[in-house]
Amino acid sequence: MKATEPLQVIDSKGGVNGYDPGLSEDELMHCYRTMLAVRAFDAICLKLQRSGRIGFSIPNEGIEATQVGAASAMKKTDWIFPSYRDFGMALYHGVKPVDMMHNMFGNASDNSRGRQMPVHFTFVEPIKFVSISSPIGTHLPQAVGAAFAAQRRGEDMVALCSFGDGGTSSLGFHSALNFAGVWKAPVVFLCQNNGWAISCPAEEQTASDGFAIKADAYGMPGVVVDGNDLLAVRKAVVEATEAARAGKGPTLIEAKTFRMGGHSTSDDPSGYVPKEVFDEWRKKDPIKRFETYLAASGLWTPEKRAELEKEVDAEVSAAAKDAQAVGPPPLETVFSDVYAEIPAHIRAQGQAAFDLATRKGDAQSGGGEFPL
Amino acid sequence: MPTLTLIQAVNDGLHTSMKEDPSVHVFGEDVAKKGGVFLATENLETEFGTERCFNTPLSEDGIIGTAIGMAMNGLRPVAEIQFQDFIFPAFDQIVSEAAKLRYRSGGQYTAPMVIRTPYGGGIRGGLYHSQSGEAYFCHTPGLKVVIPSTPYDAKGLLIASIADPDPVLFLEPKALYRSVKGEVPEGHYTVDLSTTRDVREGGDVTVFCYGAMVPVCTKAAESAAEGGIETHVVDLRTLLPLDEEAVLDAVKRTGRVVVVHEAPRFCGFGAEISAMIAEHAIEYMEAPVIRVTGFDTPFPNTLEHHYMPDHRRVLDAIEHVYNF
Repeated sequence: MKATEPLQVIDSKGGVNGYDPGLSEDELMHCYRTMLAVRAFDAICLKLQRSGRIGFSIPNEGIEATQVGAASAMKKTDWIFPSYRDFGMALYHGVKPVDMMHNMFGNASDNSRGRQMPVHFTFVEPIKFVSISSPIGTHLPQAVGAAFAAQRRGEDMVALCSFGDGGTSSLGFHSALNFAGVWKAPVVFLCQNNGWAISCPAEEQTASDGFAIKADAYGMPGVVVDGNDLLAVRKAVVEATEAARAGKGPTLIEAKTFRMGGHSTSDDPSGYVPKEVFDEWRKKDPIKRFETYLAASGLWTPEKRAELEKEVDAEVSAAAKDAQAVGPPPLETVFSDVYAEIPAHIRAQGQAAFDLATRKGDAQSGGGEFPL
Repeated sequence: MPTLTLIQAVNDGLHTSMKEDPSVHVFGEDVAKKGGVFLATENLETEFGTERCFNTPLSEDGIIGTAIGMAMNGLRPVAEIQFQDFIFPAFDQIVSEAAKLRYRSGGQYTAPMVIRTPYGGGIRGGLYHSQSGEAYFCHTPGLKVVIPSTPYDAKGLLIASIADPDPVLFLEPKALYRSVKGEVPEGHYTVDLSTTRDVREGGDVTVFCYGAMVPVCTKAAESAAEGGIETHVVDLRTLLPLDEEAVLDAVKRTGRVVVVHEAPRFCGFGAEISAMIAEHAIEYMEAPVIRVTGFDTPFPNTLEHHYMPDHRRVLDAIEHVYNF
C-alpha cells in the first residue's frame, strides 16, 4: 500500500474484515444518531440563517464521520481543541443541542454570553471542548501546552486537536508539531483535509504529497485515513491516543474528506468547486457508508433512519425554538470577563453606556447589573 | 536586607514564586542551563529541575501558544521572550488568544500567565534589541502590562503578576538590569498591580514615566530643583490597567505635565496620558502637555543616545512647561 493511500475499514458491502471497533451496539447507534443530529442541526441552522434569525452558520455535511469517529476515541477526561467545523464532537460527548443553539442566537443563555459569532462554541462539560477561535492555527500550540500540563501532573489526558487543510499552512501548525515532537506531548493532530480552504484548493496550500507526510519532519507518525469511513477514523485516532497515553508522543492524522457545502452560509462553493466533484463525493456520503456497516451487523433498516431522523429533528427544532425565545444578553456582559475583576476604566465605560441607554429609553439595555 | 540589582531581584522573584507554588513553570529560549541571556533565570534549573525550568524550541509563537494551553490546564507558566523585539511572532497568541480567552469563553477558560521580556534601549542593541513595544500591547483589553524600574518593585510586581488571574506582559527595562541596585526583602512580598509610585515629590511640575526613563527623569528633576523648580516624578509601573485616578490626581496638583517614554511618540503611551488629561483635567492645566519620547523612526544603533530621552531633554521639557 502506498503511504498516501488512505486507511479504510468499512468496505463497499459494509464488511470490516474482522476489525473490532470496540463499541457496543448502543455506542455504534450513538455514533450514527450523532451524525444525523449534526445534519439536522446544520439543516435547521441554514433555515434560521436564510430567514434572518441567526447571522451565520458553518455547514458540516460530508465531514460527520471524521468528527464522530474521532470523538468516539476520546475519553471524558480528554480535551478537544476544535476547529469551527467540529461540533459533532461536542454532540457525541453529550453537549445538548439547546446549549449550542443559545450560542447560534448569541442570547442571554449562551455560555459565552453572546460575545462570539455563531458556531464558536465553548464547553467545559461533559468534556473539555475548548473555546473556538477564528484565527487559523492558534489553537494547535495551545493543545500541546494543555497536554504537556497534564503530562507534568501525571494525568490521563490526551488532547485532540482538529484543523483543516488550510490550517497546515499556519504558523501554529509548525510550532505545535515541532513542540509536541520535542516534548513527546500526548496530542492527536487531526487534519481534516476537505480539499478546500474556503475557495483555495489543497494544492495551493502545499507542494508536499498530502499532509500526513509532514509528520516525518516532526518526528511523529503520520497516518492517512478515509475521513468518510467512521471506523477508519476511529481506528486511527484510537491508535494515536493509545500511543499518546503510553508516552510515545503525538500523531498527525490526515482524514481525507469533503465538505458538501460552502465554507459557511456566507459562501457559495459553486463558483470554485466543479459540479462533478460534488457528484463524486455525494456517492461517498459518510452516513450511508456507516449504514452499510450497521446493516451488515443487523442494526440498521431504512425505518430506523427515519425514526432517528424524526427524533433528532424534533430535538434540534425544539432547541432552536427555546433558544429563539431567550432575549439578548444584558449590557453588562460587554464589560465583564475582560479581566477577573473589572478595572475602573472599564467600569466607568460600562456605567456611561448604561446611563446613556437608560436616558435614550432603550429598555433592552436596562437589564444589566449596574453599577458593575 | 540584601541589596540586589534589578535582574537579581527578578531572579529572586521567580525563585520565590517557584518555591511557593509548584504549578509555576519557567521556560523559554536558553533559560535552563545558561540561565537566560541576561541570567534572569540563573540557577532555577539547578534548584527546581528541568521539570520546572526548561528550554524550548526557538519559536515565540510556540512558547506563548503552549504557555496558554498550560495556563488553561492548571499550570502557572512564566514564559521568557529573549528580547521584546522578538515577541511579534507571538503577537497573535497574546492579542487574539491569551487576552481574549476569558471573555470569549464567558470565563470558562482562562490564561493566567506571565510573559517576561527585556525591553528598551541603552545597550547598543540597534533596531532589534532595543525597542519599546508597550503601546501595541496596551491597546489590548484583557492583557495587563507591567514595567518595574527598581529592584524592590521588580520582585514585588513579578510575584504579584505570577499570582494574578489574568495574563500579564512583564516588561523589564534591560538598561536597568545591572545599573540600579536597591534593598529587596527576602522571601514573599508583593507590590499591587495598577498602582503608581511617587519617586519624588514636587509642587511645580508633574513628570510621568516608567522603566528606564525613571532614573532619567529623577536626574532631570534634581537638576530642575537646583533651578528652583520642584518636580513630582511618578513611576506608572503598571500601564494597563492604569491607575487613572492617581494619574489625574497628580496632574491636578501642578497643572504642568511632562510624559516621558523611550518608544516612538506617535500613538505612544504619552498620547493616552495627554488625551486623558484633555478629557478629564483640562481646567486644571497651566501649560500644554509635553511628550519627551523616542523619535518616530526605527531605533538606531550608534546614535542611540540621541534617540533615547536623556535628562537634558526631560529638563528642557520641565522648564518649558514651568515657564509657559
